[in-house]
Amino acid sequence: MAFWAGPRAKASGNFSVRLRTAIEIVALIVALVAAQLVLRALDKEYCLTQLTMAIYYAIVVIGLCFIMGYAGQVSLGHGAFFAIGGYTTAVLTTSDFSRFEAAAWGRLLKHLRVLVVRQDMYGADVLSAAPWAAFALAMAATLVIAALIGYPALRLKGHYLTMATLGFGLIVYKIILGSTITGTTDGIVGVPAWSFGNFVAISGKSAGRVHNYYIASSIALLVLVLLRNLVHSRVGRALRAIHDHETAANAMGINTARYKLKAFVASALLAALAGVLLTHYTGGVNPSEASAMKSVRYVALATAGGSTSLWGAAAVSIVLNFLSLRGWFGSYDNAVFGALLITIVSLAPEGPLKPLGQVLRRFRRRGGEDARSNDGAS
Amino acid sequence: MALLEVQNVRRAFGGVVAVDQVSFSVEAGQIKAIIGPNGAGKTSLFNLISGLLKPESGRVRFKGREIGGRKPYQIAQAGLARTFQNPSLFLQISVLENVMVGQHCRTRSEFAGCSLRTPGQRREERAMRDSALSRLDFVGLAGHAAAPAGALAFGQRRMVELARALATEPDLLLLDEPASGLNMRETDGLGQLIEKIRDTGITVLLVEHDMSLVMDISDEILVLDNGATIAEGSPQAIQNDPNVIAVYLGSDFKHASTSQES
Repeated sequence: MAFWAGPRAKASGNFSVRLRTAIEIVALIVALVAAQLVLRALDKEYCLTQLTMAIYYAIVVIGLCFIMGYAGQVSLGHGAFFAIGGYTTAVLTTSDFSRFEAAAWGRLLKHLRVLVVRQDMYGADVLSAAPWAAFALAMAATLVIAALIGYPALRLKGHYLTMATLGFGLIVYKIILGSTITGTTDGIVGVPAWSFGNFVAISGKSAGRVHNYYIASSIALLVLVLLRNLVHSRVGRALRAIHDHETAANAMGINTARYKLKAFVASALLAALAGVLLTHYTGGVNPSEASAMKSVRYVALATAGGSTSLWGAAAVSIVLNFLSLRGWFGSYDNAVFGALLITIVSLAPEGPLKPLGQVLRRFRRRGGEDARSNDGAS
Repeated sequence: MALLEVQNVRRAFGGVVAVDQVSFSVEAGQIKAIIGPNGAGKTSLFNLISGLLKPESGRVRFKGREIGGRKPYQIAQAGLARTFQNPSLFLQISVLENVMVGQHCRTRSEFAGCSLRTPGQRREERAMRDSALSRLDFVGLAGHAAAPAGALAFGQRRMVELARALATEPDLLLLDEPASGLNMRETDGLGQLIEKIRDTGITVLLVEHDMSLVMDISDEILVLDNGATIAEGSPQAIQNDPNVIAVYLGSDFKHASTSQES
């Protein structure tokens, strides 16, 4: 139609987002490499173990940050999704399925290398699920469960998802504590490494410490970039529109219930992914991962990092979880954690990276105004 | 066949009947106005048409298809867009992004394409940006594209909302009191804009209190009072309709107003 044959859009807005993303990625890579080199120089490379774990936990937090900051939905069940990922992997890769070997489907699965023979801790041969198969099943299970919880809760406006996920998390915790298959209060140990070829393996062996640190960093970085792309796209705009004004978003043609559900499921999948990876890394999983405290901690970290800042959430989460895992907070762990978070939230409600971001933003705004006055002149 | 046909639509809130057996139709290419005193049920009628409320009884047909009781997003996809009485922009995102949200239902990139930035997604994103910018240009706000929507003045927000509704590529545009809160100069501009929109082939149905605007641009007017239709016709006919005069000025003023007009 004739009337919107107006001026061609300048790509400048898009470009500045991409430039900023590139700068942030480079900064993060530099920080991650610097951390490793500094720890090596200080002869404290053993700290990389906790740093790697903190990076895996950060994947949960940025996934949560995505639905909290952009879709306006709070989940108190992310600890449970993490545990579903971790326990699915742990159970399937440590159980012995040799009794099914005689059956035709057992042989088929073995032939397809879904089931593989490996040696358990005592050197005996056992037939267990291959890590990739366990991973696929963990993701599928999370997808189904998250969809089942989210579907009714997200058709409604308001904080129904928070309530539904809180209840769900408590149930999952109780089931894990009470089931022998999940090892009750002991959890599961002896989860094998997840190998990719001969050189790359996700495992806690001290020889693989440095390369596992870089595996975790790469995965977290990839997740960050993908989420960042998503946020600055049609999907991200739709989610922020829903967060801002759900009725108007719906009236503009956005299937609000469906988008909220998809965002929630995506976020739950990231939590489960982190659960799978960390379980391979530490070689086990225990029930505390599913506790309500863990879920609350994830929410607190996402909030403290600035819930609309994926990078802020990642940074805060890595630092605080690292210190916590190193035992800096001792038996006051939760208290120190809480106090730190309260301080961050009350002094810089949009996250500690905000003051830093403001400098950048002021710079950008000046650029924006120049562009605008140019428009006026033309 | 009319573009929009509303038949015997009714909706009550508790004991209050907001819309009572209202029937009317909008022909393609028209500008039609709905007027009536406060509380006459105009906005409720809009909400019933655009899917924010479900009718208790009656039918709403758009382009020959029943849309009564459908979800708002389905109705928007079908080509019926609306603005709100209080501008409901998404205040956390930029003006341009607001208009781009309007294009949501005409585009298709989903989670996978958007997170991976596939070539198709990037092409679509560029097209959305271009087309949103030209719609902003149409309402005269292209210079504010990068500003956060929350930074705009009230009148400008209305215009952005209009651009956003146009971005859904509607066949029928519902405007809920587009002139309220605008000054006289802005209202004049709005009238011209609405006529321009009509000239591009978009049918317009508006609720409005500004009588001079309504009488200027409307092809047909529907008058509601207490949820029911009391008159329908050309601006000329409505101005002289005794029922309408009685509702607006009280029945005692019937003679006074006719003598004033002569």
